[in-house]
Amino acid sequence: MDTALDPDPAPAPDPDFIALDGIEKVFDVRKKTGFLRRERHQVRAVDGITFRVPRGEMVGYIGPNGAGKSTTIKMLTGILTPSGGRLRVAGIDPARERTRLARRIGVVFGQRTTLWWDLPLIDSYRLMHRMYRIPDRRYAENLDRCVQLLDLGDLLDVPVRQLSLGQRMRGDIAAALLHDPEVLYLDEPTIGLDVVSKAKVRGFLRDLNAESGTTVLLTTHDLTDIEQLCKRVMVIDHGRLMYDGPLAGLHEVGESERTLVVDLERELPPLDVESARVVKVEGPRQWLAFPAAASAAPLVAAIAARYPLVDLSVREPDIEAVIAKMYADRASS
Amino acid sequence: MFVGTGRFRLYAAVAAGSFRRFATYRIATVAGVFTNTVFGVILTYTYIALWDEKPGLGGYDQAQALTYVWLGQALLTTVAVMGGGFEDELMARIRTGDVAIDLYRPADLQAWWLAGDLGRAVFQLLARGAVPMAFGGLCFQLALPGDVLTWLAATVAVLLGVVVSFALRFLVALSAFWLLDGAGVAQMAWLASLFFSGMLLPLNVFPGALGEIARALPWSALIQVPADVFLGKHRGADLLATYAFQAGWAAVLLTAGRLLQAVATRRVVVQGG
Amino acid sequence: MAELLRHDQEGAARAAGRDEGRAGPPGPADGAPDRPLARARDGLRAYRMISAMWIRSTMAYRASFAMTALGNFAATALDFAAILLMFSQVDALGGYRLPEVAFLYGAAATSFGLADLAIGSMDRLGRRVRDGTLDTLLVRPAPVLAQVAADRFALRRLGRVTQGALILGYALIALDLTWTPLKVLLIPLMLVSGAGIFMAVFVVGGAFQFLAQDASEVQNAFTYGGNTLLQYPPSVFGKDLVRGATFLVPIAFVNWLPGLYVLGRPYPLGLPSWAAFTPPLVAVACCALAGLAWRAGLRSYRSTGS
Repeated sequence: MDTALDPDPAPAPDPDFIALDGIEKVFDVRKKTGFLRRERHQVRAVDGITFRVPRGEMVGYIGPNGAGKSTTIKMLTGILTPSGGRLRVAGIDPARERTRLARRIGVVFGQRTTLWWDLPLIDSYRLMHRMYRIPDRRYAENLDRCVQLLDLGDLLDVPVRQLSLGQRMRGDIAAALLHDPEVLYLDEPTIGLDVVSKAKVRGFLRDLNAESGTTVLLTTHDLTDIEQLCKRVMVIDHGRLMYDGPLAGLHEVGESERTLVVDLERELPPLDVESARVVKVEGPRQWLAFPAAASAAPLVAAIAARYPLVDLSVREPDIEAVIAKMYADRASS
Repeated sequence: MFVGTGRFRLYAAVAAGSFRRFATYRIATVAGVFTNTVFGVILTYTYIALWDEKPGLGGYDQAQALTYVWLGQALLTTVAVMGGGFEDELMARIRTGDVAIDLYRPADLQAWWLAGDLGRAVFQLLARGAVPMAFGGLCFQLALPGDVLTWLAATVAVLLGVVVSFALRFLVALSAFWLLDGAGVAQMAWLASLFFSGMLLPLNVFPGALGEIARALPWSALIQVPADVFLGKHRGADLLATYAFQAGWAAVLLTAGRLLQAVATRRVVVQGG
Repeated sequence: MAELLRHDQEGAARAAGRDEGRAGPPGPADGAPDRPLARARDGLRAYRMISAMWIRSTMAYRASFAMTALGNFAATALDFAAILLMFSQVDALGGYRLPEVAFLYGAAATSFGLADLAIGSMDRLGRRVRDGTLDTLLVRPAPVLAQVAADRFALRRLGRVTQGALILGYALIALDLTWTPLKVLLIPLMLVSGAGIFMAVFVVGGAFQFLAQDASEVQNAFTYGGNTLLQYPPSVFGKDLVRGATFLVPIAFVNWLPGLYVLGRPYPLGLPSWAAFTPPLVAVACCALAGLAWRAGLRSYRSTGS
């Protein structure tokens, strides 16, 4: 694909494309304490977040439920007004110029479709065409490309209510891209999808980011999304940024362990090797844990020299476990 | 006998659950009470004008006519004159096919929903009925019964009215087995209910044959009959005959619902759910 | 406001994706908050497009549409049936004969019907706030009010307008009035201004739901309740109620003040006769206040997110 969903002319590099400085969001929450009695107290949903996303980057934004992820996304899209701090997306203050920003961003809400339920998919796209005032030629090109890459050809004339979840998600992603957005926000884009649909969506996003330089910010519960798509991850919890860096670094921060799975010729007692410990034995198969930062090669060589090895594989740590460990470490320190 | 009490407990639990579910919508309840009260005030003035013009219309004096207004506002949601009870949910379950699950429950479909609807009705009688009635009583000259027995007799009539209303709405909901979109039927049903229940105007005021027909139809059991019991129009043997009228319609309509349910069940089973 | 209505009637024909021909690069002027005229134009455009989509949606179930349109007509006709039943027993109500009451009824019902047709879905705002779908509207390049107003646009509500217009037509034939050019002029003025006043009530009700999402029924008290109130002559009601409807929630300007002038009857509060011609001004003022209330409501939503 030499043509891509990019705005003409090619975007200039911009390290401060998305810029947050000490962004805060405080909610007044009224809790019921009796039949009609309410107690007010404040909740800091986002508590001083600062980060930069350069133009063209693809970033994963993760954290437990209620950590402040969606609140951040809502402030970035202009839905919510920050209580404090400074926020710019493509040089625009989202809270002040919501509609102007809207033309330059695309948003996909994983569980809320923006498509017209009872009408054929193409009708929703025609509405986007007119609402975003997309020039005819651009619209035709972008639609063609999305149809091709997201495999929507047979679905355009099908009423949205008859689409499967995966088909609808692809339809929603296309709807968010017809107006050449410079930023794409995806909120749980693979939630509830089957394996094939997930792979399709991920492949498309990867190509979109690589070829058109669209900046992508994605929240997800599915860590495979992050592993396959994002070089950079931000972890948020209790409204604060806990980690911002490469995915591999997250493992180090979490001081996590990787797992070596070895298949032996026959059942043996737990292997005795330095720098690793056996965590599980099941017949001729054994699981050995070793530090994530260490290389697996010397360990494999040591085992092969002393034991009858048939097969082996290395398992990456579960990121959710890593994050959980990271929180635990912070809490105890 | 053991099975009997077990069943009873189950349905009591369903009714209680439904009561609690409606009780969680506090703001909506307060908003509804406000709206009922506003409508009560508007209708009160039109009734005053009407009864000023023609005292004793429909056999009511003015105080009785105004009592009728506020009773109507108090009962509007209790007997679900305009729908809004279980039927929307049941129709949705029929449309999505989830009703197949209900059919395999160890409880009777009709009794299950009836229990839930009774729970709803009791909540709405207490929450949405009491306040407008009290407001009307404080601001206008109403003819409230002085003896406890009349209050009790009226409560029984209201409960019977709820059962008749349920039986009607159950029939409406089951139509969703045959019709793709039940909204039209539901709308026609509440139109009939609004007109023939006496919500719009007491059925005693309807002229000639129209009035006689309206008073014989099942919808009159929803508002007109409980109101007349409350106003002390039916006493002694007459009261029993009135109850028999309500119970008779309830029995006929519930039986019709059962038959329709049996046909529908066969349909679901044949289609494999 | 009349323009708002005219546009959406044409909408269905335009929905086929016809080229707009004025697509330009998104410039800084686009949707800038300091250009109310541009915003109003944007809003009307979005309203037209979205309502056209809803019309197409409902036409997917034609039989159901026909039935609900008929039902809408019948439901509103029941109101009038109650009035007819009353007049089957009496000759006058509050000193007004049937054609006079029918005139007030028809005027109120037509105005209310037009407002209900145009933005009757405002009472769904609370639901949208609750289930979070309001957010999907906030990321679109169009004013939220226009999008919410067009939400679930339903042509079946023409049933109510038709019913009101028929009763008004009957009243105009049955009334024995001496017509002056001023009275003739006042009739369309009354209907359009009345629709404007009711629309303002709908918008304020919507704004209120930003604060209390479950309170959509409060709105009904003022919209449907107000409509019911206006269907009877003011002489039926207590002075305080008439005062409230004149000065507090000025729905009396929908049909009572201009209507009583046409009928040649004095207004109970002793207002001067020129007050009968103020409804357009009242409508504009109401819409302006409603716009402010809406902005405050939306601002509160965007700062609380609840």
